[in-house]
Amino acid sequence: MSGVTEATGSTGSAVSRRRLLGYSGATLVVGAAAGAGLASVAEAQDKTGDGEAVPFFGAHQSGIATPVQDRLHFAAFDVVTDERDRLVRMLKDWTACAAALTAGHPYGSAAGGLPESPPDDTGEALGLPPSRLTITVGFGPTLFDKDGKDRFGLKARRPAALIDLPHFAGDNLTPDRTGGDICVQACADDPQVAVHAIRNLARIGFGVVAVRWSQLGFGKTSSTTPDQQTPRNLFGFKDGTRNISGDEHEALDKYVWASAKDGAAWMNGGSYLVARRIRMHIETWDRTSLKEQQDVFGRTKGEGNPYGAKREHDVVPLAKLPADSHVRLAHPDSNGGLRILRRGYSFTDGTDGLGRLDAGLFFIAYQRDPRTQFVVLQSRLAASDHMNEYVEHVGSAIFACPPGVRKGGHWGETLFT
Amino acid sequence: MRPAHLLAAAGTVLVSLSALSACGKDDDGGSAGKAGAITVTATDSTCEVGAKSGAAGATTFKVTNKGSQVNELEILAPDGRIVSERENIGPGTGAEITVTLSAGTYKILCSAGMTGKGPSQAFTVTGKGKATDPRLDAAVAAYRVYIGQQVDDTLAKTKRFAESVKKGDVAGAKAEFAPSRFGWEAIEPVAESFGDIDPKVDTREADLEQGQKWTGWHQIEKALWKTGSLQGEGVYADQLVQEIEILKQRVGTASITATSMANGAKELLDEVATGKITGEEDTFSHTDLSDFKANVEGAQKAFELLKPVVQERDAGLATDLTEEFAKVSQLLDKYKKGDGYVSYDTVGKAQRKELSDEVNALSEPLSKLAGVVAK
Repeated sequence: MSGVTEATGSTGSAVSRRRLLGYSGATLVVGAAAGAGLASVAEAQDKTGDGEAVPFFGAHQSGIATPVQDRLHFAAFDVVTDERDRLVRMLKDWTACAAALTAGHPYGSAAGGLPESPPDDTGEALGLPPSRLTITVGFGPTLFDKDGKDRFGLKARRPAALIDLPHFAGDNLTPDRTGGDICVQACADDPQVAVHAIRNLARIGFGVVAVRWSQLGFGKTSSTTPDQQTPRNLFGFKDGTRNISGDEHEALDKYVWASAKDGAAWMNGGSYLVARRIRMHIETWDRTSLKEQQDVFGRTKGEGNPYGAKREHDVVPLAKLPADSHVRLAHPDSNGGLRILRRGYSFTDGTDGLGRLDAGLFFIAYQRDPRTQFVVLQSRLAASDHMNEYVEHVGSAIFACPPGVRKGGHWGETLFT
Repeated sequence: MRPAHLLAAAGTVLVSLSALSACGKDDDGGSAGKAGAITVTATDSTCEVGAKSGAAGATTFKVTNKGSQVNELEILAPDGRIVSERENIGPGTGAEITVTLSAGTYKILCSAGMTGKGPSQAFTVTGKGKATDPRLDAAVAAYRVYIGQQVDDTLAKTKRFAESVKKGDVAGAKAEFAPSRFGWEAIEPVAESFGDIDPKVDTREADLEQGQKWTGWHQIEKALWKTGSLQGEGVYADQLVQEIEILKQRVGTASITATSMANGAKELLDEVATGKITGEEDTFSHTDLSDFKANVEGAQKAFELLKPVVQERDAGLATDLTEEFAKVSQLLDKYKKGDGYVSYDTVGKAQRKELSDEVNALSEPLSKLAGVVAK
């Protein structure tokens, strides 16, 4: 299957892949691509030389340690077929599509195809730069074992770390915002580019997967670069100051990248994603005094310095923070040095029908083992965090994100072969 | 029945006289006078074609019967097969046929008495039109037969429905409402191509324009299910029957190509996605699943007829469509109740999502059908 790379990866994808392949996409015809689109391929490559494209292929999936982009479109899918071959075929098509989109190309033809056919690519990203688009895929517990059913012969390959998340105190999860067999996280600096990615992948997937739920996010709430300003969440506070940066290789190996030694060899270089839709009770929060707001976090609202320290990034004198404050409870120093890589976004989905903002934090965390990382931290927060008065977890999901795609390979290759 | 030699090239399709018997009775309505149409004047002994040649591509023939016998127009390909035909063109009436022609010398034949024989005139086509696959012509011919059957079915059942409405038989009319629509829904894109009929028979209350008088199935549906009284509905029932009779007279003049069949199939699923899944179509009776089934059946018919060509040109698409049509039918079967389907208001959110997912699964490959057929 080296054709995927050649057709859409290293040489660009200005040539309509679908036109070459016919509908089924099962057989890759590469020779034809070379002659048909050399000029446009070269041109397209030049355009992406401006550093705005994030490399798609590599040891790890992009979109995890990649510096956080401005916008998110996250989608969870249910697999609606029982045919393993169709699922793998779709993952290959998705891979080819993602390689094209992240490079700033349409997937196939957006406007120049057969007049009788709908265009391959939906077209709304035409002319837009790559916008640092990353597309990250993960596999949920139900892909391996759904109500005891081993749909795809994967049951034995479910990593121990891919647990069913336990119920945490205060959880009020709605089924249509929870779970999923496969997830796709699309992040980009332009929301239209992120939405375009999910839309086209969903379209390719019809018949194999169906969108279970999706979430748009804006205003990244954490950074994975040390020099970036710590962003504010919708409470108006800086949060996640001690996040893991993309260049902290040791910390990434220790806390983010799964290893073959952890049990599941196919996850070597992958990571476990936990997503939580955390609704904020915005109106009650806004009526809360500045002092209580700051007590909830254990830091000031302006500078973001922890109580007892001068600047945001100063060492946190934990003892000076209220015992139930968010920063104190979540801080690595309170948790034996435990860290996670946070990649969350704020969301506002209009209002809730009662005139209240349906807004909050779409929390995304990557880690090596949720059992010893997210579950430990969240158990602690759910039990004691003062912030619980103002938030409610309404959606939840966990996914095993496989390692990065090698050139010529495809998403899930290590799992399905 | 047609003479055997003419049918040989058209494969297994036998064009039934009764199915097409409605063709061409009325051609002075909205669909007449297409620009660039080639006139054909038929009498009992002559066949005058207004042009001796034309360019490859879509070509429309507008035939008028000035003779005393019922006539028939046939367009014959250079190899003798029938590209298209119109039967039952009554004395003093006319019809239109649109066909896609490629380079070559065709024969335009008028057959007074519909014997398959009669005077003809050569018609030379030049230029680079795409050669048409005879299997696609056969598919179009068979699809026309299907359309004729569906119109007959919907007319017969609408008449029964109208009788019950006029008798004030609420229970009877309720039972006959969904079946009366089935044939209409199965061929909706073709039926809708007669722009003036659809608004009179199938407009939903929410879609009424300012000042538009509401008539048709849904008007009566509201009376049946909402007010429960058929007082004053008789006039609407009569009008509904009249409109379907007009459809029957005119449906033979519909311009149908293999590509438009494929697009029509896709449009039928669009109807399901936007109207039936949401329960907007039959908002008072909740008989949406019957319409859903009819839409799917009509789309499946078009696909099955085109399948031999699709199989050859894109086997993967043929396989996917075959599978997905089977899946959607299985899924719909779960909701069968008696001769019809359960009331759509009893179908929950999760079940509607499942139906919607399956409609997406079918519609996406179905949207590729026209491109493959047009190749």
